[in-house]
Amino acid sequence: MTGLSRTVRRRLRRAPTEESLATSAPATPADEAPPIDIAPNDPLLAYLQSASGAVDVEALELDSAALVELKAAGVKLAVPLVSQGELIGVLNLGPRLSEQEYSSDDRKLLDNLAAQAAPALRVGQLVREQQAEAATRQRFEQELEVAKLIQQNFLPKQLPELSGWQVAAYYRPAREVGGDFYDVIPLPDGQIGFVVGDVTDKGVPAALVMAATRSVLRASAQRLVEPGEVLERVNEHLCPDMPEKMFVTCLYGVLTPETGHFRFANAGHDLPYVKTASGSEELRARGMPLGLMPGMPYEEKETVLAPGDSLLLHSDGVVEAHDPDGNMFSFPRLKQCVADYPGGGELIDRVLDDLHAHTGPGAEQEDDITMVTLQRSHGAAHVGNGSVPEGLLGEFDVPSAEGNERLAIERVSEAVAPLALTEARLNRLKTAVGEATMNAMEHGSEYRADRPVKVRVLVGDGLVRVQISDLGGGPSGGEREAPDLEAKLEGLQRPRGWGLFLIESMVDEVRESSDGGRHTLELALRLNGGHDGDE
Amino acid sequence: MATSEAPVEVRLRDGVPVIDLAGDVNRSAEEALDSAWAQATADAPEAVVLNFAGTGYINSTGIALIVGLLAKARASGIEMRAFGLSPHYREIFEITRLADFLAINPDEESAVRGAGGSADA
Repeated sequence: MTGLSRTVRRRLRRAPTEESLATSAPATPADEAPPIDIAPNDPLLAYLQSASGAVDVEALELDSAALVELKAAGVKLAVPLVSQGELIGVLNLGPRLSEQEYSSDDRKLLDNLAAQAAPALRVGQLVREQQAEAATRQRFEQELEVAKLIQQNFLPKQLPELSGWQVAAYYRPAREVGGDFYDVIPLPDGQIGFVVGDVTDKGVPAALVMAATRSVLRASAQRLVEPGEVLERVNEHLCPDMPEKMFVTCLYGVLTPETGHFRFANAGHDLPYVKTASGSEELRARGMPLGLMPGMPYEEKETVLAPGDSLLLHSDGVVEAHDPDGNMFSFPRLKQCVADYPGGGELIDRVLDDLHAHTGPGAEQEDDITMVTLQRSHGAAHVGNGSVPEGLLGEFDVPSAEGNERLAIERVSEAVAPLALTEARLNRLKTAVGEATMNAMEHGSEYRADRPVKVRVLVGDGLVRVQISDLGGGPSGGEREAPDLEAKLEGLQRPRGWGLFLIESMVDEVRESSDGGRHTLELALRLNGGHDGDE
Repeated sequence: MATSEAPVEVRLRDGVPVIDLAGDVNRSAEEALDSAWAQATADAPEAVVLNFAGTGYINSTGIALIVGLLAKARASGIEMRAFGLSPHYREIFEITRLADFLAINPDEESAVRGAGGSADA
């Protein structure tokens, strides 16, 4: 109704008393009278909307403020302009110059005119509305562009190269740019400051607050040593000028690369996760978000990242991403990712894979996503008299076709050659790889050419790990029953069903995981020691 | 990747049927192994010896085939022996408990002798 009211208001003009239709004198801007407002609830609107033609204003009796105004202005006839059932304007006429009444011919002419003019007027209105909308949209897009530019300009252009450490970062703004940011700040004495933060709100306001926070934090970090003090100082700076209802969550930590010490303080930001040999855990430290209240203390904690440990700093865009049913990715799931996956850039890739599987194809990213990982290298795997750098030894696809487990066995044997495994140990790995690949091809990929089996070979923590993935999504089929040879010989169990049993007998550890349509069996074999049977 | 079909042959050594397996013992060996078994047991011998010296790869399907042969042997009261297994596959025969039901000998000589074969036969 407000739309109609606006339209009507725009179109109604006070009719000049001396002018009439008969004169047909072209109106100049100077002739235009100010518009008459018809309130949305004025009964005149409903009357005009349903009138069958020109309305005799003087004869009309309605409890209508607009009608009183029209009469006072000397309007004799009001001709409703109706297009597709909608009142889009009113043509107001004063008395005829001849001072005679309007004839029925005049009224017919006016009705015809109104019938022709109304659709033309409507088209004009629509064009003008669309132009206004396009202008608004363009302004909005420009604002988003500006916000994006501000944010990207304040993100680190490059990440530091630290000996013995891998630093990786990922930042992707949502379409309506949120307020995420991260920073890596070189400090005196070779220490490095790491920041991940999130400003409430979106767009340009968030980007400006983010820029201010980052600048104050950088300056404070250079002058102060302790992360808690730095956040205290930043909070003091931000509080006086923080726009209403805005605040900043922020995690700030200082790494001493030589020792792995990581001191940190947290201003209400999502807890980072650290992955150690025993799993993953949150790093907790108490503190209020920045910019809410002055004089806030920030608890300071410290952890030590041992060789092989890794750390994930992240923003809520990860854990709060929804699947089509409205379920969030969640903190527990992210924690599990950190526990299950290797650290560094690979952790980011794997989390993103999981995240995309969770939100579904083509889903629009709801919020900014930021991840920063920090991984301390293992050093090297000691093998015999030498050493092999830890990490990925090989990665390949095996087409799903009968007999192709031999291909997987060959490729894995090549990949682990530098590890110089004993013959017995290598044979066990080969048998396990062959069986796992067979299972994956048969039960997971159903021997379909378009579903190759993925094989990854990694070394680290004194283990060689072979991950065999298929697209079956579920656990390996068929062989859940423990094989019992006597039952098989008696015909009580089928002769087959040895695959999983063999796999589990051959390697030191078997882990099965299913996620987003990908099913993975991980075989781990200790490089040294373990059960060696005939060695 | 093509699997090499095992050319399975049967011969008599000192009166004992010896089945010489070759190549891969997997699904592709099923037919050859079945007909070799039929041939080796045609005269209802007391024992049959499996020679694994020519095989390089036995997978779980191959294990299942051997379990199938062993079931047939037990049903007909035929003793089964094996030799020529690499240490790795010997370990697998032990893990799967196949070694509890068929005697594993280090070589053909001892297998045939264990199966009651004699040079005089």
